[in-house]
Amino acid sequence: MKSLSEIDTVSKRSSRAAGYSWGIAEEVGKNIRLLEIFSLPGIKNLNSFLNSKKNIKLENLNLITKDNSSNDFQYCPVIAGVNFLDQIKTLENLNEINFKNIAYPILFLPFVSRASEVVGKRILLKLDEKEFLMNFNNCIYSNFFKKEIIKTAESVSIKILENEDSFTENEWTELYKLSEETFVEESESLKNSGAGAGLTDND
Amino acid sequence: MDIPLRDPNIVMKLSRLGSFHQSRLSFLRSFLKEFKDWNYKRDLFELNENGYGTAVFSFTKKNRVYSLICFANELDENERSDRVIATKWDTAFTLFDGVPTRIDIERLKNEVPKQEIGRLSYKELTLSRANKSVRVFNHVVESLSNGVQPDKELLAKVGYLYRTTAVYGSGKFGLADRFRIKNREEIYGPFRLEMMLVYLVRQFTFNQVNHVANCRNPKKAVNLDPEICKSLGIGNSTGLGMAPFIVNHPTLLNNWIYAREVSLKKIREIKNATFTESNLFKDCLKKSIKNITSWNTESEYQIKKIKSLLRDLKQLILFLDNEFNFNQEYPFNKLYLHLEENYQEECIEYAVSMMMEPYENIVAPLIKEMSSEEDKYFNIPTERSVLELKTIIENKYSEILKIDFEKKENNLNFWFISKNKEEPRLANRFNENGSDLEQPLAIARDIKKLYKNLSVSKNNLSIAMFLSNNADLRHVVRRAFIVEKFPYSEIQDNTIGKEIVPINMLRLKLSFFGALKFDPRSDKWLRICMFQGAPLPEQLKNYDEHWVYN
Repeated sequence: MKSLSEIDTVSKRSSRAAGYSWGIAEEVGKNIRLLEIFSLPGIKNLNSFLNSKKNIKLENLNLITKDNSSNDFQYCPVIAGVNFLDQIKTLENLNEINFKNIAYPILFLPFVSRASEVVGKRILLKLDEKEFLMNFNNCIYSNFFKKEIIKTAESVSIKILENEDSFTENEWTELYKLSEETFVEESESLKNSGAGAGLTDND
Repeated sequence: MDIPLRDPNIVMKLSRLGSFHQSRLSFLRSFLKEFKDWNYKRDLFELNENGYGTAVFSFTKKNRVYSLICFANELDENERSDRVIATKWDTAFTLFDGVPTRIDIERLKNEVPKQEIGRLSYKELTLSRANKSVRVFNHVVESLSNGVQPDKELLAKVGYLYRTTAVYGSGKFGLADRFRIKNREEIYGPFRLEMMLVYLVRQFTFNQVNHVANCRNPKKAVNLDPEICKSLGIGNSTGLGMAPFIVNHPTLLNNWIYAREVSLKKIREIKNATFTESNLFKDCLKKSIKNITSWNTESEYQIKKIKSLLRDLKQLILFLDNEFNFNQEYPFNKLYLHLEENYQEECIEYAVSMMMEPYENIVAPLIKEMSSEEDKYFNIPTERSVLELKTIIENKYSEILKIDFEKKENNLNFWFISKNKEEPRLANRFNENGSDLEQPLAIARDIKKLYKNLSVSKNNLSIAMFLSNNADLRHVVRRAFIVEKFPYSEIQDNTIGKEIVPINMLRLKLSFFGALKFDPRSDKWLRICMFQGAPLPEQLKNYDEHWVYN
């Protein structure tokens, strides 16, 4: 089995060899490591992407807006990803961001996962029918389990989710009541000896 | 009195970093301290009469076991080479996490001797190999098998029976990634498992030499005297591989230097030094002269440095004995200021190391802070502005900005990774091919270029927008934001200029390892000795922490 350190280093060097700057190659190294930690096919997709990169025309998406549509060429997942991560603080307010036609979208995914950590919000990423819920870069919840190469995603949507409870107030109250059964009823004498008792706060 | 930390523009110059010496902070010393109450055991020793076979040595505490698995193989004299391109060695080692089964040992027997082309697993923590100093090893076997101890003078001159040529860890060749073990308290502190490997290899060499001598002449043979064992360490040949490491791990580098600088600051802030403290400092300083006078090297460069160090130290000792008063207030601060004014960098840093000796209370808590979680600082704060980044560069790289990289002499070299064994190398960009594949280690040049590009950008532009048009500078943008938080994370010098002495980069790292007697064999590689004079495993429970000077 390859170690994560090997995965990081080889991904970084191969990305550099494929023409990315060292700084961007460093990002790819970290990302492929992340994908493999989350059991997503990072090496598989990167290898396929870098090998086919010379033969496909890609568009670099530098400034990300609410709707990003590339009609002529597919977006490069690395450049789109780097800029998404870099611009996340301004994109945060858009709530929903759409892209058309991203090549090898699995390589775009870890940038979104890292963005989730940067803004402290969950992000829902949809690559066509595949869904990925990014949880602050700690874990990814998904309906995609295949170790396959995804060469393109025609429709990519990103929803930045507000920090909201996943349960109702009633469910919380019910559970809280149960937790109260670990408390002891306080007697008068205990109340009188608690912190601050017997003093005036106006002295 | 509040003494400021030393200026990174002084401390992080290569000539200064290349003048560092071992200290209480050094990893091999902190390893011994951490593992002194662990149980040492020789678990397996299956060597033939020539010393070839398999052996296992372990350290155990409660449920934790670390086992060194050793494979000693016959090696043709023509195949013995310390160069990184070698493919066979006298011995190969791996540090195993736990107790290896026979199946593990069989698996590793096929992999460990192959080193870089073998495959290790998450159960193995570090990997190394070593070659005999044939002259010394044969002499020791010959002597012991005849019932006499070997020539101490010869042993002192070389200092070891074996020398390692590489020690790998942290996920290399399939070894366990650091994340698997980083929460273990006993390995807080950098390179602790690498140190354990080298220490146990040292023990293997004594066991092996005794075994071979005994097999040769069972009736007459004696074991190597423990005092002689103690005086021997493990040699190490180190090349340029270490140099990029300190550039590629900026926060780790910061934490090492920061620990040293905080130690010095706190020692300088001591108002009154006790007699015991000042005496211990002077005692270590005086005893350490022995290490310098027995420092053998053929390198003109190093001979000059040793001579200067020795001259300075003798002068310093005279000054301390005859002129300096330790009963005055803030004695170490006054001494430090005197050193800066009157002595060379080599001696200043030597004395700084010595100042730490009496102050276990100051140094010990800092050792645990010397590791780093590099990934925490990987993301670039892209919401910040061009003006902010420019200001950081002006404040943190002021010396770098003065370098003119248009001049050939300042842009003469480039760092690259050789295809053969994937090792870092340095070459002249105007004479050699391959500068288009330059590694991102020319930080000073790239920072200067970054500053130039920032200077023609709008001050209020966000870094996110700046990067969208300057992707080639992303690696140095990241570094500049790191150096803002970690003042000692960057070498404040040109790593590609004509004047670069790569040995300085190696010495910095090796001093933190705890190496003694650097012996440069060229300007690009050197030999060192580790654990020379260190207590043997059975002496660990009660040993003198100042063993380096005994």
